Amino acid sequence: MNILVCISNVPDTTTRIKFTADNKSVDYTGVQWIINPWDELALTRAIELKEAGKANKIMVISVGNSTVEATLRKALAAGADEAIRVDAEALDSFSTASHLADAIKQYPADIILCGIESSDYNGSSVGGMLAEMLDLPSVSSVSSLEIEGGSIKITREIEGGRQQLETALPAVLVVQKGIAINPRIPSMRGIMTARTKPLKVITASAVNAESQINSYDTPPQKSSCRMIDPENLDELVELLHKEARVI
Amino acid sequence: MNFEYTEEQLMIRQAARDFAQRELIKDVIERDTHSIYPTEHVKVLAELGFLGMLVDPKYDGGGMDTISYVLAIEEISKVDSSVSVIMSVNNSLVCYGLENFGSEAQKEKYLKPLARGDKTGAFLLSEPEAGSDATSQRTTAEDKGDYYLLNGTKNWITSGNTAGTYLVIAQTHPEKGHKGINVLIVDRNTPGITVGPHEDKMGMRSSDTHSVMFNDVKVPRENRIGEDGFGFKFAMKTLEGGRIGIAAQAVGIAAGAFERSVKYAKERKAFGTELMNHQSVAFKLAEMAVKIENARNLCLKAAWLKDQNKPYGYASAMAKYYAAEAAMWVTTEAVQIHGGYGYVKEYHVERLMREAKLTQIYEGTSEIQKIVISRQINNDY
Repeated sequence: MNILVCISNVPDTTTRIKFTADNKSVDYTGVQWIINPWDELALTRAIELKEAGKANKIMVISVGNSTVEATLRKALAAGADEAIRVDAEALDSFSTASHLADAIKQYPADIILCGIESSDYNGSSVGGMLAEMLDLPSVSSVSSLEIEGGSIKITREIEGGRQQLETALPAVLVVQKGIAINPRIPSMRGIMTARTKPLKVITASAVNAESQINSYDTPPQKSSCRMIDPENLDELVELLHKEARVI
Repeated sequence: MNFEYTEEQLMIRQAARDFAQRELIKDVIERDTHSIYPTEHVKVLAELGFLGMLVDPKYDGGGMDTISYVLAIEEISKVDSSVSVIMSVNNSLVCYGLENFGSEAQKEKYLKPLARGDKTGAFLLSEPEAGSDATSQRTTAEDKGDYYLLNGTKNWITSGNTAGTYLVIAQTHPEKGHKGINVLIVDRNTPGITVGPHEDKMGMRSSDTHSVMFNDVKVPRENRIGEDGFGFKFAMKTLEGGRIGIAAQAVGIAAGAFERSVKYAKERKAFGTELMNHQSVAFKLAEMAVKIENARNLCLKAAWLKDQNKPYGYASAMAKYYAAEAAMWVTTEAVQIHGGYGYVKEYHVERLMREAKLTQIYEGTSEIQKIVISRQINNDY
């Protein structure tokens, strides 16, 4: 059983996001890149399954320029066996899914894992699109994955409960929190062996984006706290009623 | 000259940061308060390969360079120096000493388990009356032919109780002074060893510091490292490298306090504006940043020299001296910036201040570092 984990290269979650002067793109100067946290959990589960003797090979794949390679090597250091970089710009979810689908046709796997969303654009759409493009079954919001014999047992979160299911393979599983508890930290041995693990770069066919970004905005600043004198209850009630409109 | 880290060095720094910020931080205050040894965290350090990260892979180590080691120690020390000191002693004193001066048989038997982290090591040099004055060793290793008979007391031993392997410095030929000193590999479970009570320390309270007493302890002759009388040279050579680890630890303590101070200064308001907008606080932060950068650069230079197999004793003494002094100053000012909050445990900076103090004392006090530096100046100029 081979597992392929789709990796999105995202800015570190503590990054202070800045935009370019025209507000049409993000200024990535000085940004630290990390594995998208949901993808990191997916990778961790894949490694756990391999360590338990349930999976044979783990591949990781990402779409992007050479800056993605450091992130892919981190995945190799954590325990993936092979990495693939699709040499293309990820313009939007559609173009990303298209590039991934083309590559996965060349490098098929039994289980394809995608994080439920990326922590930068939060699109939540690549996994579903990818399954459709590959004409494979897909399961979303997967919070547990077990391999038993030749089949898989999945738990997914649904409103007010959980659902247990199985699916034919190959399949695309869109995973969320719970799939693994703590993301795997690469060991020194892992970092050392990552030096010699294969990282393939494949060229991509042209794919146009299906959407375009008009502008970005940062969230509004939190307004400051206004203090009302404890003697002045009437003023407080008036403000809650007329300004805050909560009573 | 290139000030860029390699991709691998950054990966190691990130791994250490993740371990520290996700795992160590959780119960660091409780461990400090009750002097609880970080048993589980040391196991994870071993699994991740940090305990023997400098050792050649053929002896089951991580094969990493000293720059990576410095970066890892800094990240761990930002959160908990009780953990980084265990890592530092194991790597730069015990494993380094065995790898560079031990025989193949000694490496096979003792270095490998230490590099894997199956066991931790301790370095037994200090005595009740021989701290900075390391030449006046009273612990004796009497030559009995097939074995040495070890008698005496060692003080302030990091990992003194938990370590599986001791490297013990002891006097064999008192008439030869420091040239009569030997270093012996001693199994912790050898009969005749008594470990004293846990030292109730000011800082780094969860590392395991003890005195260790030897009473007619028989150590096989093959456990002597190097030629007869090599012990003092061994200790000095090993401590040269050890200083880099402690310097990195001091940088981490300072950087941890600095990061917390910046965060606090940007959140906390006084007189209608954030502390950061008060020049008295902003200037403190500027001075902290400069001192930390200086300390880190000295430390990295010493590490770089070591990696290039160039002499690094002068550089490591400078790094250790400057970084320890910087850590003490930075953490004291960090408490000041935090005001009353800085004086309570919840905000971590008081603990970092207590930890900083030790970096001025152990593995060569600041004064000893100045002796090393000034002797070199006397030679060179």
